[in-house]
Amino acid sequence: MRAFTRGLLGIAGFLVLWELLGRSPLIPAEALPPPSVVFGELVTQLTSPDFISHVVATVLALLIAIVIAVVIAVPSGLVLGSIPAVRHATRAVIEFLRPIPSVALIPLALVMLGFGPETKITLAVYAALWPILFNTIYALDELDSLLVDTARVFGTGRIGVLFLVALPSALPFVLTGIRLAATTALVVMVSVELMAGSQIGIGYFIMEARSGPGRMDQVLVGTVVAGAIGVLLNNGLERVRRRWVAW
Amino acid sequence: MGGLVSKFLQRWTVFAGLVVVWQLLGWFADDPFFPPPSKILTAAYEWWVVEPSNFTEHIVPSVTRLLSGWAIACVIGVSLGLLLGRSERAMEYAGPLLVFLRSIPPPALVPVFLLLFKAGTSMQLATIVFGVVWPVLLNSVDGARSVDVTKVDTSAVFQIPRWQWVLGVVLPAASPKIFAGLRVSLSLSLVLMVISELVGTDNGIGSQLMQAQREFDYTRMWAGIVLLGVLGYGLNTALLAVERRALAWQPRSRDEQHA
Amino acid sequence: MSNMLEVADLGHTYGDHEAIGGLSFTVRAGELVCVVGPSGCGKSTLLRTISGLVAPSRGDVSLHGSHLAVVFQDYSRSLFPWLTVQGNVEFPLRSLPRAERRKRAAEALEWVGLAGAARKRPWQLSGGMQQRVAIARALAYRPALLLMDEPFASVDAQTRFELEDLLLRVRREHDTTVLVVTHDIDESVYLGDRILVLSGSPARLVADLEVPLPAERNQVTTRTDEVFVELRSKVARLLNVGKPAAMDVEKWAAAERESLSETVSS
Repeated sequence: MRAFTRGLLGIAGFLVLWELLGRSPLIPAEALPPPSVVFGELVTQLTSPDFISHVVATVLALLIAIVIAVVIAVPSGLVLGSIPAVRHATRAVIEFLRPIPSVALIPLALVMLGFGPETKITLAVYAALWPILFNTIYALDELDSLLVDTARVFGTGRIGVLFLVALPSALPFVLTGIRLAATTALVVMVSVELMAGSQIGIGYFIMEARSGPGRMDQVLVGTVVAGAIGVLLNNGLERVRRRWVAW
Repeated sequence: MGGLVSKFLQRWTVFAGLVVVWQLLGWFADDPFFPPPSKILTAAYEWWVVEPSNFTEHIVPSVTRLLSGWAIACVIGVSLGLLLGRSERAMEYAGPLLVFLRSIPPPALVPVFLLLFKAGTSMQLATIVFGVVWPVLLNSVDGARSVDVTKVDTSAVFQIPRWQWVLGVVLPAASPKIFAGLRVSLSLSLVLMVISELVGTDNGIGSQLMQAQREFDYTRMWAGIVLLGVLGYGLNTALLAVERRALAWQPRSRDEQHA
Repeated sequence: MSNMLEVADLGHTYGDHEAIGGLSFTVRAGELVCVVGPSGCGKSTLLRTISGLVAPSRGDVSLHGSHLAVVFQDYSRSLFPWLTVQGNVEFPLRSLPRAERRKRAAEALEWVGLAGAARKRPWQLSGGMQQRVAIARALAYRPALLLMDEPFASVDAQTRFELEDLLLRVRREHDTTVLVVTHDIDESVYLGDRILVLSGSPARLVADLEVPLPAERNQVTTRTDEVFVELRSKVARLLNVGKPAAMDVEKWAAAERESLSETVSS
């Protein structure tokens, strides 16, 4: 509990610093509104159905993207992790694809998929694939061969071993991968919305607030909410991992 | 030697095969969205080699910004991380704040940085640094915490000076974790470099990509994407080489990287 | 002979748990003293308070010399894997000029018979050799007192004998004052000029025994020497080894009394 209090004090200290900076003449007031202003605006926005629909749009698209990424990456990871030949053969392709930043694909996705949610979901899936894929492969590398041998002795086949032994023991790593992927996907999602790849969502809200009336308080409201979603996702998935995967 | 050759073939056959398939499909389908590799390479050649000014005015500044942003983030992340990692109290104060700041999508702050720093290099650097400092910082904290009790005791018994404690014990003990963070940050730097160039600048690889999109020049767009892929691959390979050297002291070096 | 270490009424408590309860003893210059006691009796706490890693709750520790060195049980963690063997030995000598550092390290490695391994990494050596590196590091530091915490508990029996003889030789040649903390009765008798026997928690001094064996010891003849055997049994008796039933009997009795009183009251 003391640690909790200290954490709150840390955040409070940060807010005070921000308030002072925001009110000081060193920084133009319109560039960095102080937290007192931002939180006032936050309360107003949280009761506005328009803002809520932006938040819902982002969260929904994010969840869809994470599910799709899991559906693609976990089976691929299992195949790549358990069949070395496939892994060696595809290694160069994967190592070349992975570093291509998903945001670099924004222009391409825009012309091919248009300005609907497909674009941002596709790009978020692309970004979320890698952490899940690599953690799954890594988990299979760490698989205890004694477990596999035990299962084999009891007459479990190759597929059986994969589902009864490999997948359960890989689960903690996979969940860690999903947690990392969720954070990355959120960043990509908001970025795509910001770069006009969408007509709804938190990123779009931020962009609109900036380019239209130049309301920096609203920009920061969007930023704070996006950060809060990130914290919730991260802590939620961490809790899931601890609760359900206790081994 | 035979083993090496077959490893090499195994690795690149599928890659080469895919490129060939793409090439053939590109010829037959003639889809403007998917130009064949030969056309992409030609476009890249004409764009950056025939006109070297494009290379020096766009690629060089982009890479410079990427590397300097990453370097600044590394210095801040490692020094702050080691400091926080060795003080439980400090981490209790800063922990929740760090979790929140890390969760903020950095592009959301681009408008703020734009107003604070005006459009230009410092705004782009701020975006990159803010975006990539977290993996380095958090991994450094983790690494600094991982110094085991016996090493702490040994250092205390021999009454080593403060600088030796930080540079000779904590830093090397944390370095495997730090390198893992550096790698994540480096690939993130590439993402943020592109993001920071999509708005508020007219030079750099990112802005060229945007320009190609506006002109519906899909071949150039592909050339830009391939360039970013090559750049990412190259940077990661270079960092891995440095890491392998720096961590050669490890009893079992893990060659397989995972982010 | 002058005293190198004086411990007076040393006591330490962690929260409610009293680990050490008022210890007083001295270690004379050039002496090798073994502290022996049952597992978990507060020996590590004693070592940590003497070495200054933990400030004791009460009492005094005074060392007549500028600094001491410690050889820990866990050599794999106490050596730094990123430094070479030589780097590890030079670790406490950073304040000295480079040439002096080199000289002292080479010398200390020579003493423990590892002159050829200077450029290797510690993890490339066997456990016994790693512990020798740790001993060389401590010797290179030229400590007024060499503290050893179960130094040979993590190596196999053969290596253990070698290391014990190495320690005896080195300390004779260089007149080092040594305090060895161990739970091994045989080892304490074999190594020590004096044995301090501790009781279980909280640690109290039960006996301070001189070891009337000649300075030269031998793994075969010394261990069969009558003096050795007798002293070993004496220490074992002091530590209550072989009579674990005694406590159980008392517990039984107590439990019986309790159940009886219950039936009576109900």
